[in-house]
Amino acid sequence: MLRLKNNFSIEHDIAGCGLCGIINIKKIRTNGEDIKKAIALEHDRGNGLGGGFAVYGCYPEYSELYAFHVMYDDIAAKEAAEEYFKNNFIIEKQESIPIFKTSKINDHPILHRYFMKPKSDREDRLFNELKDDDFVVKSVMLINSDYDGAYVFSSGKNMGAFKGVGYPEDIADFYMLDNVEGYMWTAHNRFPTNTPGWWGGAHPFTLLDWSIVHNGEISSYGINKRYLEMFKYNLALKTDTEVIAYILDLLIRKHGLPVEMAMNVLAAPFYQTIDKMEPEQKELYTALRQIYGSALLNGPFAIIFGYPDGMVALNDRIKLRPLVAGTKGDFTYIASEESSIREICSSPDVVWSPKAGEPIIIKTVKTDAKTAINTENISQKQRLIIS
Amino acid sequence: MTTDGNTKTGGMISGSMLAIDAKDMHYKELNKIIRESILSGVKNILLENVNGQYYIGDGIKGDDITITVNGVPGNDLGVFMDGPSIIVNNNVQDNIGNTMNAGKITVNGDAGDVIGYGMRGGRIYIRGNAGYRIGIHMKGYNEQIPVIIIGGKVGSFFGEYMAGGVMVLLSLDNSEESVGEYFGVGMHGGAIYMKQKIDFSKYSKEVEFLEANDSDMSFLKKYLSEYAKDFNLSSEDLIKGPFYKIIPSSARPYAHLYTSAAF
Amino acid sequence: MTKSSFTNVQSEYLAVIDHAKCIRCKRCIQNCGWGTYSFGGDKIIADHSKCVACGRCYTYCPEGAISILKNPTVMRENGNWQDYHIKNIWRQSETGGIAISGMGTPLKYKKYFDHILLDACQVTNPPIDPLREPMELKTFLGKKPSKIELDFNEDGQPVLKNKMPPQIELATPFMFAPMSYGSISLNAQKAMALAARALGIVMNIGEGGLHDELVPFGKNIIVQVASGRFGVNRDYLNSGAAVEIKIGQGAKPGIGGHLPGEKIGADISRTRMIPAGTDAISPAPHHDIYSIEDLRQLIYAIKEAVNYEKPVSVKVAAVHNIAAIVSGVVRAGADIVYIDGFSGGTGAAPTIVRDNVGIPIEIALAQVDQRLREEGIRNEASLIAAGSIRSSADAVKAIALGADAVAIGTAALITMGCHVCGKCHTGNCSWGITTQRPELTRRLDPEEYGEKLYNLINAWSHEMKEVLGAMGVNSIESLRGSKERLRGIELTDSELKALGIKHAGM
Ligand code: SF4
Ligand code: SF4
Repeated sequence: MLRLKNNFSIEHDIAGCGLCGIINIKKIRTNGEDIKKAIALEHDRGNGLGGGFAVYGCYPEYSELYAFHVMYDDIAAKEAAEEYFKNNFIIEKQESIPIFKTSKINDHPILHRYFMKPKSDREDRLFNELKDDDFVVKSVMLINSDYDGAYVFSSGKNMGAFKGVGYPEDIADFYMLDNVEGYMWTAHNRFPTNTPGWWGGAHPFTLLDWSIVHNGEISSYGINKRYLEMFKYNLALKTDTEVIAYILDLLIRKHGLPVEMAMNVLAAPFYQTIDKMEPEQKELYTALRQIYGSALLNGPFAIIFGYPDGMVALNDRIKLRPLVAGTKGDFTYIASEESSIREICSSPDVVWSPKAGEPIIIKTVKTDAKTAINTENISQKQRLIIS
Repeated sequence: MTTDGNTKTGGMISGSMLAIDAKDMHYKELNKIIRESILSGVKNILLENVNGQYYIGDGIKGDDITITVNGVPGNDLGVFMDGPSIIVNNNVQDNIGNTMNAGKITVNGDAGDVIGYGMRGGRIYIRGNAGYRIGIHMKGYNEQIPVIIIGGKVGSFFGEYMAGGVMVLLSLDNSEESVGEYFGVGMHGGAIYMKQKIDFSKYSKEVEFLEANDSDMSFLKKYLSEYAKDFNLSSEDLIKGPFYKIIPSSARPYAHLYTSAAF
Repeated sequence: MTKSSFTNVQSEYLAVIDHAKCIRCKRCIQNCGWGTYSFGGDKIIADHSKCVACGRCYTYCPEGAISILKNPTVMRENGNWQDYHIKNIWRQSETGGIAISGMGTPLKYKKYFDHILLDACQVTNPPIDPLREPMELKTFLGKKPSKIELDFNEDGQPVLKNKMPPQIELATPFMFAPMSYGSISLNAQKAMALAARALGIVMNIGEGGLHDELVPFGKNIIVQVASGRFGVNRDYLNSGAAVEIKIGQGAKPGIGGHLPGEKIGADISRTRMIPAGTDAISPAPHHDIYSIEDLRQLIYAIKEAVNYEKPVSVKVAAVHNIAAIVSGVVRAGADIVYIDGFSGGTGAAPTIVRDNVGIPIEIALAQVDQRLREEGIRNEASLIAAGSIRSSADAVKAIALGADAVAIGTAALITMGCHVCGKCHTGNCSWGITTQRPELTRRLDPEEYGEKLYNLINAWSHEMKEVLGAMGVNSIESLRGSKERLRGIELTDSELKALGIKHAGM
């Protein structure tokens, strides 16, 4: 049987990895060729036990509907989950996720996708007082924890995750990502250190429109998990990445923090930095640490966080994992290694590395805006060449 | 010396020179060719279209060997290297010159993080900027003095636990402060020279900040003129002082931190 | 009844003098608070029955002429009828009194800290070097909102909408446990105040009022309100960094206190604001708190008096139902809850209570933290753990079990010379700690022992950083409540469950 979930007798699944991201700030869509090439260059950062992609802008025709990507062990699991979907959602369309079997990936779960929205007559909904987003989150958690053999791996609007056990370039071929188009892509190559591969454990990890790819181990996992449990998050997968996604969901969606500030929770400035701030700012950042200390991600990490309005790259407070960024025109590239960027963009306008704990945030712009890479911001960064 | 773009695995040998097109080549293959050709007497190796291959020059020996890299080489460039020279005509990634014993790495661009970790000898010259943890735990041993010179600026933890050797930070084209946080923390040997005058007290309490004297300058001259030549800079400009010197106040900064336990 | 001429109560220790070495300097006579030694014309004579093994005499004997031995006279061995029981029967049968002891229980109950092991990093995540890389121990005690509320200024920059509730800022997650002037000497309090100020932490003056000489240390002091209300007035409440309501003490849950009138000299009388020579009685309950809503009333009475500018802490002893109790205390409005475990120290407690009432801090803490999380109110109050924190390792484990900070009492006294003889209630402490006799208190130099306390907390903080670094985290908040980094050994399933940790190897 294939492994969809982390039902190994392991509390905390950990992995090393490589990552990449591409965004076109004018939301011009491109297919999955480039991201595949870029992540393939980081082949040796993984071990073939997990690869995956997130793409934004891939379902424009269903942009108002939640696009669920679900993996099933067998037909029975599919029927059980679909029963739940039928009772709680209006399903506009459903189909198999298109795949192409290769010698590299031939053993895979049933992969199905649904475009749907929660039923509006709230009576017969299981959690009838909730907003649509909350209801979707609850549903995803319910399926993932209580429905054996079913696992929702994507649930956002006009975006999707494509992932599995294999090297990322093989996963890209398997899902035929050259036929998929989006304005933003992230990719991940996984090197799990304490579990065999499992389909659900591949990155990206997504929830609603958030997606995370992540390199490194979160040494603060234990307390991050307990903190999230206080807010009723159910950490079914027992992975670091799941923790990051839920923390961001809590901070950004539930607590209304701006994206920048949420990043300042994950990689909080040191008190010695805070102590040098202007009084008002100092008060704010001290409060952030006091309130969200248990959400601090400690240990080495680099993440790329995707959301509909942009992409954020962040590494830990003392920069123990690599991260490089480059821009060319309206494109920004982020990767674990500079060579990944050069593989698809041989002469970037700018290449730089972010400072420890300082996020790179690339937001999309209205299509009629002039090029909007903010070089003023970049010039503050650590390592920089303009070629 | 030409490059044969069509030959993927072989390359072209002329005299003691070898050109290799590394495009899409796996590092294992590439490094095997490098090792074997050195064994067969090749002295000059030109690598074209390098992009991301790890371990170039890993553990190679021989003072008369030169590898020229066109493209961005991958991590651990020159790791355990013992004598040869590597010239990179672009940026480099992380961990270059890791535990290097002798030889020289010249980078015509920027460098990533953790450069010269535990380096015991040889030189690393970087034209541009470098990332975090440059020269971490660099050490000198007997006659060996490892030297790292950086043209631009560096990230945090510059010279962390530095135990020996010399680093020079030139801050060329740099008005802003060219070091990050935690500069020289745990430094207990060696010396760092800087052109920029900074308020050192905010970085580390374990070091002293002095003006470089004549003997420092004559030591520096040797390396800086080589650096100037390598990067086509004016050596007078580079050597023009004043230089500031940072040395540890104690070879045992933590001696006071321990006490013998009851049992 | 008439006193019989023979007593079964044997000397516990023998104070043996090597007369060949002794130079008759008589320092032992001056140093012993219990009057063990006297001069017999040509040599020192020891009355063994008075010796409590407090260690003062041999520490100060210039010739090393004194040995304190355990009385070798044996009683017939009996696994059931241990010496402890037999001797207490003899003692009590002579006086008819309640057996009284000082310090925490000396009985060998299982010490859970000794059955918990810590995690460290290997390969998949790197350890961090605490000497070179930043390592943060700064800790804030007080209520935290569950989420941040933001406003945005003209530039669109986020600013804090509401001020944070008041917090105590600790540079390192240690504090000195409450010990009142009266139970200990003013010099002992001063030593702690000096150390607390130098360390950026706090000491707690206990329930005996605030002596004038400690007023300048206000920022580093927690003032206490106990059932006796000694020295409590509006200025007192406003003179420290926080106010603590003392409900109970680990060494004697459910028991009040009693400082005999003979110890209430002019100075203590002024500090406690009671007449000299009267007994200072702390009733077992606060007579304005018979229920949880009464506690709320007192908490808010204090908050009003301090204009909501200082956090209010509530100190409770770890008893069987501690999780529910603390949940109630938090809901009653406490900003900090100080949980004092079973083996915590005391100046004086009925031995039966000290040795038999309460539960260990490790289990209490784990249960409380879990309960508050389940109820979604862990952020509402900070937790202080106490009750014999013996080392930095105990402190690290307590924090991983859920404490925000730990308080040390006995360890602080040991720093000042205490040999844990357990006779604090006699008021004869040779070290000048738990005594008010001027010739004894004079010998405790606050500067000297303040520095020792400073050294101890500094050393423990460094050790804490070492362990954090080994675990790959650089901030104490990543350890707090992270039970995932703890494993049990030699513990039963029930014990592991109570602690909320896994067995080693799991
Ligand atoms: S202190 Fe020592 S040397 Fe002095 S009188 Fe007592 S036993 Fe003798
Ligand atoms: S403080 Fe108490 S236990 Fe310690 S030496 Fe003094 S009397 Fe003995």
